[in-house]
Amino acid sequence: MSATSPPGAVPSESKSWTLRLRQAIDRHLPMDHLLPDRQPYYVGSWVYVFGVVTIAALVWVIVSGVVLSFMGPQWWHDSGLGRFFNSLHFWSVQLFFIFMVLHLWGQYFMAGWRHGRAATWMIGVVIFGVSILTAFTGYLSQQNFDAQFIAINAKDAMNSAGAGAFFNVLNFGQMYGLHVMLLPVGVTFLVVAHIVMVRVRGVVKPIDAEGGARP
Amino acid sequence: MDSPASYVHWGFILISMPNLLVIGGMIILFAIALAAPFPHAEDGDDVSN
Repeated sequence: MSATSPPGAVPSESKSWTLRLRQAIDRHLPMDHLLPDRQPYYVGSWVYVFGVVTIAALVWVIVSGVVLSFMGPQWWHDSGLGRFFNSLHFWSVQLFFIFMVLHLWGQYFMAGWRHGRAATWMIGVVIFGVSILTAFTGYLSQQNFDAQFIAINAKDAMNSAGAGAFFNVLNFGQMYGLHVMLLPVGVTFLVVAHIVMVRVRGVVKPIDAEGGARP
Repeated sequence: MDSPASYVHWGFILISMPNLLVIGGMIILFAIALAAPFPHAEDGDDVSN
């Protein structure tokens, strides 16, 4: 913006990428789309609750995981409170996967990829895949005989798939690092992108109500 | 808890009873979500978040 421009006056073709980014966000994601207080009538169904419950479970997974990583394996195996948080982490993951699959079923049967939502659907598919990797590395990070048994058996699958050189399930440090850092950051980033894309486009219309709400 | 899970073997399908119960529960929950009335869904064109 030039020094002589009045405040608020914005040239249409600004060279400022910050300004152009802000304008793009205003154009594609206004606040009433980002945080809507009303939804179309067809969102009044329990099927739409599955995605929200999945996010709630993910929050509990992350919170309990942060506590576990802070306190360490001896705490989560030996103390009552540690075992409680260990169980909280495990069962939150079970709920996360159960409701993620229920959300997937709902979106599959309503063809949630329609009207320009293919990228939203595909990001959801990637979230599902990365979540499975995160869960597998979690089984390897338990620091017990169960984890050792799984690692010893899984190494053959990894080697036969040609991934053993990059993904060594016998390397606890690598598996633990992937489980507590890279993969959770990936899942969280993708979930945020998924939600933002849903907010940009709105919820897909039911197949038998094609005439109604915004595409 | 420490004993091995029982398995259901039906033709080429082989699944443990705990996994079968979880999948069955998910199908029941999905059916309930489709059939159960949502609060205030009939009040107007929109529903509150």
